Amino acid sequence: MRLHEYQSKEIFRQYGISTPGGIVCTTPDEAVRAVEQFGSAAIKAQVLVGGRGKAGGIILATPDSAAKTASRIFGMTIKGLPVTKVLVEERVDILQEFYVAITLDRRSRRPILMASASGGVDIEDFARSSPEQIMMESIDPGQDGLQSHQLMHVAEQLELQDFTDFPELARNLYTIYDDLDCTLAEINPMVLTRTGKLVALDAKLNIDDNALFRQDAMQQLYRQNLADLDPLEVQAKELGMSYVAMEGSIGCIVNGAGLALATLDMITRAGGAPANFMDVRGGADAMHVGRAVEITTSNPATKVLLINMFGGLTLCDEIARGISEKLQGLNIPVVIRLTGTNQEQGWEILRGAKVTVAQSTDEAARIAVEMVS
Amino acid sequence: MSILVDKHTRLVVQGITGHVGSFETRLMLQAVTSVVAGVTPGRAGQNVEGVPVFDTMQEAVDTRGANTSIIFVPPAHAAGAILEAAGSGVGLVVCVTEGIPVKDMVQVFGSLEGTGVRLVGPNCPGITTPGQARVGIMPDPIFVPGSVGVVSRSGTLTYEVVDALSRQGIGQSTCVGIGGDPLIGTTFIDALELFEQDPQTRAMVLVGEIGGTAEQEAAEYIKEYVSKPVVGYVVGISAPPGKTMGHAGAIISGGGGTAKEKIEALAGAGVTVAESPEDVAGKMKELI
Repeated sequence: MRLHEYQSKEIFRQYGISTPGGIVCTTPDEAVRAVEQFGSAAIKAQVLVGGRGKAGGIILATPDSAAKTASRIFGMTIKGLPVTKVLVEERVDILQEFYVAITLDRRSRRPILMASASGGVDIEDFARSSPEQIMMESIDPGQDGLQSHQLMHVAEQLELQDFTDFPELARNLYTIYDDLDCTLAEINPMVLTRTGKLVALDAKLNIDDNALFRQDAMQQLYRQNLADLDPLEVQAKELGMSYVAMEGSIGCIVNGAGLALATLDMITRAGGAPANFMDVRGGADAMHVGRAVEITTSNPATKVLLINMFGGLTLCDEIARGISEKLQGLNIPVVIRLTGTNQEQGWEILRGAKVTVAQSTDEAARIAVEMVS
Repeated sequence: MSILVDKHTRLVVQGITGHVGSFETRLMLQAVTSVVAGVTPGRAGQNVEGVPVFDTMQEAVDTRGANTSIIFVPPAHAAGAILEAAGSGVGLVVCVTEGIPVKDMVQVFGSLEGTGVRLVGPNCPGITTPGQARVGIMPDPIFVPGSVGVVSRSGTLTYEVVDALSRQGIGQSTCVGIGGDPLIGTTFIDALELFEQDPQTRAMVLVGEIGGTAEQEAAEYIKEYVSKPVVGYVVGISAPPGKTMGHAGAIISGGGGTAKEKIEALAGAGVTVAESPEDVAGKMKELI
């Protein structure tokens, strides 16, 4: 689960990490008044996707330009999500910019502190182009977290002109990461101001979905943020399924994440474009499959529905029942590939139904692509 | 021969009295696996499918001489179950449970270090050695005994690949599902090493997906140490970055997570790259 920047910054302040003064606004008028209060400020779209800066969702404003800038940002849709909130933040006098984050290192199976003297960059691109410029310090959770010598080493490498505040900031960031079951705690950029203060200009906290059951405060934020997510994604998640919107026209329902990815790839290789990723998960019953049909077909861009199931824990007759109950209301063609446990019963249920049956994932993808072209 | 599980496997099922635990126990028994004990705290003395239930792993291992455990315990208790198994004397622990908090797994891996206990998973479909042992949830009817080793991060996609191999008359030595979480015990490299040493295995299939750099690390390993032919299949070429695609570990973030980079690394290491499960079987047929 991703938190909004303003929510992450609230948590930062609770844990003693400085942030610029800021006001959350839900209308352009509020944003204008906030800019007037600060004199000169940044208006930052609050959306739950990465890359909002690149998409033009962060703009500097003065009282003169505030009205125009605010209405522009509130009119934006960033990666499918409309901007309904902005954070207006006072301008900070920057001496140096850095990147600091704590995340999980899959290889060592431990958290790591990542830091770079290049702040504000797209860290993923940067990791590819200049990996040697990113410092990494492995964190031993059994050893009480980050050690002083590690922090001194990082501060030296960063060539921080004033590193009085750095050890405490890094330790606080790790405490947040550890206390709240984070998978990422990132400050990009962290800035050193002309007055010698370290300030988190941006803040990004991702929380482990699997740990929400023991993080009451994060659960509350999760519920608060549901309205800011793709409603189809939320509906699927509530049923234990996984839905991700994409840009094409072939809707997909598959059991298993790997097979779902394989299905998307085969559609792409056959010259088509998937409208979504949908993994109904093992053991899905007729109700789940029925809801999956509703969710995927409520995307108006979906022109064909491709259902690909390999029955194991998931039973083919259950799947067929879920599909056949929803076929009546559908006005788009459906391609089905159904194999595995109870497949004969499944096919029997679908006999005479208005569906095209495919024998393999490959064939299903080719038929679906032909249907849209 | 085969790897990790065979007819000498003596299995304990942790969480045997649960819905999935008891259902899968029946299927494992049908697939001729020696399930010798089950564990559910507070249920000692019961039987599930004729398998005696114990309160603790220690009692199960001491009484029944078990050497392997499989875990079907809910996520909040699964890390504890792994550690209990690791301390009981079994050498191999397979964790099927999906949804264990990452922080719990960091602690588990810290504790497992130096114990010599091997963990497969979590969030994995387990291990099948056709005709000898099914330690997991893979559908048994698709398997045929043979000489191709399969290692995969996926579940249903693995079944597709195995099914395609079997339909082409290509049997499997062992199939290992290493799991879809960001932190897993046994890696591609571990499985490749075991397959390389296993005299029954003549070739291998590696099934990967977006997220992390495990496929690139496997490619480096193959280049140096693997002499047997390998067919690689990586899915997610069309996945958008920054989105978790079903598996907690399947997300393109940080350097190296894309399918394209993984495919290039594998091809560069001399791996034959396939584009579908049928293609895996076709290419394997040409190789062996």
